[in-house]
Amino acid sequence: MLLYYFLGTVILSGLIFYIRRKAFTYSFAVIFVFLQLGLTAYGIINYRQTDLSFFSIDPLAILFLIILSILTIPTFIHSFIYINNNLKLNIDKNSAIYLSSIVIFITSMTGVYLANHLVVIWVFLELSTISASVSVYLKRNAEALEASWKYVFVSSISIAFVFIGILFLSISMQEANITDLSVKTLKEHAPELNTQWLKIAFVFIFTGLTAKMGLFPMYTAGIDAKDKAPSPVSALLSTALLNAGFVAFIRFYSIFSATSIKVWMNYIMILSGLLSVFVATVYMMKVKNYKRMYAYSSIEHAGLVIMAIAAGGIGIFAAIWHLVLHSFAKSALFYQTGQVFRAFHSKSISHHGNYFRINFAGAMVLVIGFLCITAIPPSGMFITEFFILKSFFEANMTWLIIVTLILLTFIIYSFSVSVFRLLYGDNKNITDFEKINPLESATQYVFLGIVIWLGFFPPQILLDLMKNVL
Amino acid sequence: MFIIIALIIFNITLLYISIAKRLNSYINLIAFQGFLLFVIAFYELSEIHIINLIFVLLETVIFKTFAIPYFLKKIIKKNKITREAEPFVSNFISLLIITTAIFISFVLATNLEANTEKVIYYSISISTVFTGLFLIMSRKKIITHIMGYIIIENGVFLLSLAVGNKMPMLVNTGILLDIFATILTLGIFVNKIGDVFKEVDVDNLESLKD
Repeated sequence: MLLYYFLGTVILSGLIFYIRRKAFTYSFAVIFVFLQLGLTAYGIINYRQTDLSFFSIDPLAILFLIILSILTIPTFIHSFIYINNNLKLNIDKNSAIYLSSIVIFITSMTGVYLANHLVVIWVFLELSTISASVSVYLKRNAEALEASWKYVFVSSISIAFVFIGILFLSISMQEANITDLSVKTLKEHAPELNTQWLKIAFVFIFTGLTAKMGLFPMYTAGIDAKDKAPSPVSALLSTALLNAGFVAFIRFYSIFSATSIKVWMNYIMILSGLLSVFVATVYMMKVKNYKRMYAYSSIEHAGLVIMAIAAGGIGIFAAIWHLVLHSFAKSALFYQTGQVFRAFHSKSISHHGNYFRINFAGAMVLVIGFLCITAIPPSGMFITEFFILKSFFEANMTWLIIVTLILLTFIIYSFSVSVFRLLYGDNKNITDFEKINPLESATQYVFLGIVIWLGFFPPQILLDLMKNVL
Repeated sequence: MFIIIALIIFNITLLYISIAKRLNSYINLIAFQGFLLFVIAFYELSEIHIINLIFVLLETVIFKTFAIPYFLKKIIKKNKITREAEPFVSNFISLLIITTAIFISFVLATNLEANTEKVIYYSISISTVFTGLFLIMSRKKIITHIMGYIIIENGVFLLSLAVGNKMPMLVNTGILLDIFATILTLGIFVNKIGDVFKEVDVDNLESLKD
């Protein structure tokens, strides 16, 4: 099945690129969505099996594959809305390149989730970088070029870092006479590896993967890309690709944590996570643009998640649950920025106001989305953040709880200032607003509903999946 | 023995790159590094399959020694980039930093490994990666950033040769990194950047910030 999936996506992406007729493009997109959903269904049926010998369907993979497949539907809906509003014509060359690169992008993230071999994970990460940078460059102006250039350059360096890390890992494997780079073999033989080499390998791999996970130090490129990309791509970059980074990291972490360097490794992860939350706080206080604010909010959540993984115990479960809920809440907010931009023709916070009058459905999305993403009680993220803080407490890091809570208070303050300015602020200068169809917000309501529902009544099957990720 | 001589010459190219003034000498040094990688791969990868070896050798000769320098020269000509490298720091400080990097990576590798040949391998590849990063941080032009990236890739390739006999898959994946990333950065983006911006300089890339 996986072979047919990869072949099918390559063919579909080629067809979308070559046949630029609206009816055809729509039907190819629908076929791709069904192919993606079909693969997910196949994965659920053939749970815990191996396919094509480099891909296996374990709890971590199937969990994030389901989320990616759900995200695929609104990605195409909002991409077509975006293209129709900007071009109002047939599909042209740029949007054909954009759509076919999105198909490859989603395929490569599926590959990262399912791969059980370190080099295969790396190859799909590289593919996701390339396809993402192409889809960021839809608008073909200087700013989009700058954003995608920075993204491709910083990501290429970080992906080279991951490869250097894998090479160091393989040096320590040679000393222990292992040649198989699959996760399962390495987990079994991890205690035999030389810890000095493992430490160097971890530093390189972690630094490289922070570009995908959106953590300090390599988070910078992602911010610009999320700012300038079309809103469906921004949503994918800060949810599905962030998840892909974490899935890849957890695969590496599951190997390294079987050795004696685990404690040392957790210190680095907590340092990076705390600095990420700090950086996000500082920039959210001064940010002038909604998309950048949401992008920094992703940095904050990624920081919380990596600290929870480092704290261990219940923290790992809470981290995965947090990632699941964050994927839905953040993508709903990013889809909404597309509508806000069409209403005001600007992303800057100072040009906005009175959104309730202009687009009631969209304004409600922002209110509920704000509650969800800042983890205020009806949101499921309140429960996950509570568990994350509990895991810090269990790991005897009360100081970390205090620092994190102080930083989170600043984040909630600055988030609410800008969102309420958009909702209730005064704007007499702008007169021509575009009417937005309330139906366009439907997917966003569904996603935010999922965030609240999963917080109150998580299905047992989901909890079992999340408990067995490592 | 040949390998060690080639590795030491490779190390000297790093020192030369840190003080080179003109873009042309950077390009020539990158081509020469490609040739040195060919020599090292030829002597080092004696145990792998012959077809795989031919693939690796072709990559080093055709891609690293001829294609990349050719395209770099073409881009410089097409975008009328001035021939000076325009570093932010003086040559003396560059040389000092690169020498320190080589020294530190040598100490690091000696602590980790007993075999002398492997020590030379690891220390030179780590210092190559450092040199590439330093070039990216300390030079002004976008084209020198790409050259820094190519030098990082040379370091990665050298490191993958050290484990290449046992795990040839890693060498091949490293080549994949080379070809994909270099074609993407060189072919698409530099040409686009040249079309959109008049001066191909990092100062143009400052409109996105907080």
